[in-house]
Amino acid sequence: MVAVTVRYFAAFREQAGCDQELIETDHAKAGDLFLELAQRHGFTDPTSRCKVAINDEITSWDATLKDGDRVLFFPPVAGG
Amino acid sequence: MDPRFEIVTGPIDPRQLQTELEHRSAGASVCFEGWVRDHNDGRRVVSLDYEAYAPVAGKEGKLILAEATQRYELYAALCQHRAGALQIGDCAVWVGVCSAHRHAAFDACRYIIDEVKTRVPIWKKEHYSEGDSGWINCLTGQAS
Repeated sequence: MVAVTVRYFAAFREQAGCDQELIETDHAKAGDLFLELAQRHGFTDPTSRCKVAINDEITSWDATLKDGDRVLFFPPVAGG
Repeated sequence: MDPRFEIVTGPIDPRQLQTELEHRSAGASVCFEGWVRDHNDGRRVVSLDYEAYAPVAGKEGKLILAEATQRYELYAALCQHRAGALQIGDCAVWVGVCSAHRHAAFDACRYIIDEVKTRVPIWKKEHYSEGDSGWINCLTGQAS
């Protein structure tokens, strides 16, 4: 079990109804935590179109979660 | 100069940025401006909000500029992207490069704006004339 702070942006923040939450999870990988939270909050974008950053570094969905990590979930970006 | 990528909350000044590209060995400079337009996907757009997560946007943006600098042998590369509330006609993003020859400059400018649109954590919310709004998906160009 690890405790992480999850932050949401843009559409995810509106769908989750908050910009961050403390999560205790048994998931070892960022991608598995994302799938659980996506189901809980009703995110519909497929993982392949979203991104994850841990402690301000973009990383892969296979990244291992550690106690105290700040996990950032990015919906599909749309700059320009 | 080192490639520079910035998220800015005030107006972009293309003329000022252009002067920062000047280099004695450069024979070509290409700039791209992205403007806020009044329609998208058949809807009448009245304004936009850009949300950026600057700590990661800055790093990813700078990485894109460094990739372009190396790949196209640029002398200078600069990009500014707005965050916050924008109106129709505002400059939302500016990319400028210079290199010895035009082909590299055109290709590099296109590479940078295409990568910025798909990699940098910036999100666009469109407000429509009917009063509703929607977050835009970069892959479809449509509200999700």
